[in-house]
Amino acid sequence: MGATVTRARTTRGEPAAPGGAPEMVQLLTPDGKRIDSARDPYGTEYTVDFTDQEYHKLYHDMVVIRRLDAEAEALQRQGELGIWASLRGQEAAQVGSGHALRPQDMAFPTYREHGVLYCRGIDPIMPLGLFRGVDQGGWDPSKFKFHMYTIVIGAQTLHATGYAMGVAKDGKVGGDDGEAVIAYFGDGATSQGDVNEAFVWSSVYHAPIVFFCQNNQYAISEPIERQTRVPLHQRANGFGFPGIRVDGNDVLASYAVTKAALDQARRGQGPTMIEAYTYRMGAHTTSDDPTRYRLAGEVEQWQAKDPILRLRTFLAEQQIAGDDFFQQTDAEAKAASQELRERVLALPDPQPVQLFDHVYPTGSAELDQQRAQFSAYLESFEGGAH
Amino acid sequence: MAELTTYRESVAEGIAREMRRDPAVVCLGEDIGAAGGVFKTTVGLYEEFGPVRIRDTPISEQAIVGAAMGAAMTGLRPVAEIMFSDFLACCWDHVANEIPKVRYMTGGQVTVPLVIRTANGGGLGFGAQHSQAVENWAFAVPGLKVVAPATPSDVVGLMAAAIRSDDPVVFFEHKGLFASKGPPAPPEHLVPLGQAACLRTGTDVTLVALAATVPTALAAAERLTAEGVSAEVLDLRCLVPLDMRAVLESVARTSRLVVVEENPYQGGWGGTVASIVADEGFELLDAPIRRVAAACVPLPFADRLEDAVLPTVDTVAGAVRALAAY
Ligand SMILES: Cc1ncc(C[n+]2csc(CCOP(=O)(O)OP(=O)(O)O)c2C)c(N)n1
Ligand SMILES: [Mg+2]
Repeated sequence: MGATVTRARTTRGEPAAPGGAPEMVQLLTPDGKRIDSARDPYGTEYTVDFTDQEYHKLYHDMVVIRRLDAEAEALQRQGELGIWASLRGQEAAQVGSGHALRPQDMAFPTYREHGVLYCRGIDPIMPLGLFRGVDQGGWDPSKFKFHMYTIVIGAQTLHATGYAMGVAKDGKVGGDDGEAVIAYFGDGATSQGDVNEAFVWSSVYHAPIVFFCQNNQYAISEPIERQTRVPLHQRANGFGFPGIRVDGNDVLASYAVTKAALDQARRGQGPTMIEAYTYRMGAHTTSDDPTRYRLAGEVEQWQAKDPILRLRTFLAEQQIAGDDFFQQTDAEAKAASQELRERVLALPDPQPVQLFDHVYPTGSAELDQQRAQFSAYLESFEGGAH
Repeated sequence: MAELTTYRESVAEGIAREMRRDPAVVCLGEDIGAAGGVFKTTVGLYEEFGPVRIRDTPISEQAIVGAAMGAAMTGLRPVAEIMFSDFLACCWDHVANEIPKVRYMTGGQVTVPLVIRTANGGGLGFGAQHSQAVENWAFAVPGLKVVAPATPSDVVGLMAAAIRSDDPVVFFEHKGLFASKGPPAPPEHLVPLGQAACLRTGTDVTLVALAATVPTALAAAERLTAEGVSAEVLDLRCLVPLDMRAVLESVARTSRLVVVEENPYQGGWGGTVASIVADEGFELLDAPIRRVAAACVPLPFADRLEDAVLPTVDTVAGAVRALAAY
């Protein structure tokens, strides 16, 4: 083989760096201007047609969830929670996609999806019980159609894939009332084998799934350039399904794109990847100090694209909502956060012997013996000096 | 006396010493660069050695250890970090099937001198997927060496031995010990792999411990002194090579053995220690061997429950007292 083959090499893909102006579906600009409709590269047209009440609801949920999130962070700072991963900055991506879900749709979250959890109707105290260390975060995934928070990066994308395959096997896809599955994950997770395998499987099996990637520009300290040289949504093409980038700080576009993708899935038209382009305004978790690896100027730039502010500007300018509504929403958010705080502080400590529960569905002789020994040990202290 | 240093700082110190000594040593892992590691165990390395030798990698454990193996085949000595030892499960093919087998399957022609460092163990309320003590996972795979230091100077000395080892080493850094302090390692400190340390001599019972159970065993020994029981404490430091000679010699002096493990009783390394003593030292014993280990349950998030799962000074002292009857 003597022939020389030369090939033009691209050394660098489009800079995915924050601050650039990547091409994406947007229906509401950072300064609160409505764009009538937007088209993705595949020619699909997106628009929304909300009633005033529906607009109010989206705004309300974003404000409340930001406030609850801040309360949880404060509780952690005061030593009342072990850890907290804030969603600040990502409210639009989560509330938009969360509202696009139908009751029958199943969601697989990471540890940051407090906004989606709220939209699914789960009591916001649930994850706080987990992070306070009084329970394992035990909502019923099948009742709320919202799986447990998954912390091992990327794993849930495979669970979602298998779940979607199960939904399809049960004959629940095909019509407008079909079921769809959504898998949430971050930009960092796209480097995991699991996520890429989930793409392959979903594609090959034509699974009714939406891969919702919140590209918040960071995986702990590592910027997006550590994970990819091409815009993340473009990866989907190589796996055989469409990938769409949406302005993740635009709740209207996040809603519209997710709804269309879920509808595709429920009708049996296969997977879609959505890259919600957004920014993690806070630390990775309360254990992290972002000043070690990013500049304040970058955070300020994103502040100007705030998801809540832009909706508020739009609602006010269009007179869809007035000061009364904004004040009332703030008051409701404040009340909700106060209530959350009180309830967290009142959560009962777990009984030590509970630690043996649910290891095996039908128990085990060995564990039963350990539990009995442990109970006897605890009783030996009853009334004692310990 | 020199100032005390932390276990956490000793990790970076141990790596830095080897990197200064040998340009073939490189580090790869998540957040180990400018951020200095999520446990701050690599602070200062990026500044001193730069982005080529200290690499922040994409988030993929498989790639971290798989690529470490390939890099080791070129003569580098990669030090790969897996942020939490629980995530060794994400790259287990490479840890269990590839890295430890390559020397064997090439008839000794290919060595992969690499270290997989990982933050291990519980006690900090991190829950079921971020708290496990998983030395046993690696212990079950022939071809891997397994190191788990308990003190700051051992971190440095064992890190040197691990990085210089031509065999792959899994190096478990205990999360619960990161803040603990001790005398800093002297210059050129090297602790050969497979040598247990006798941290306290005694005549009545031998306590064998590893990593975070070492301070637990020491505290139990201290408490037992007040009751007239003299306990000897051995820190194994490594599971592979396993210093059974030190254990048998100690049992020859004390005639009683209690093994203290952080992992669940089932499948724990203490079972191997106990069976070797039963095989080779049966006549040295005056009492049955006892293993104090964690309950056979996933670790709960709740501090209160986690404390109840893990071995404590109380449970160790209780096990020793129960042997006094023999
Ligand atoms: C398998 C695995 N590796 C490493 C970690 C540690 N870790 C926790 S969050 C995180 C970054 C994830 O980044 P991304 O996917 O972008 O999600 P984000 O936190 O930004 O929402 C890492 C590396 C983990 N939890 N699981
Ligand atoms: Mg991210």
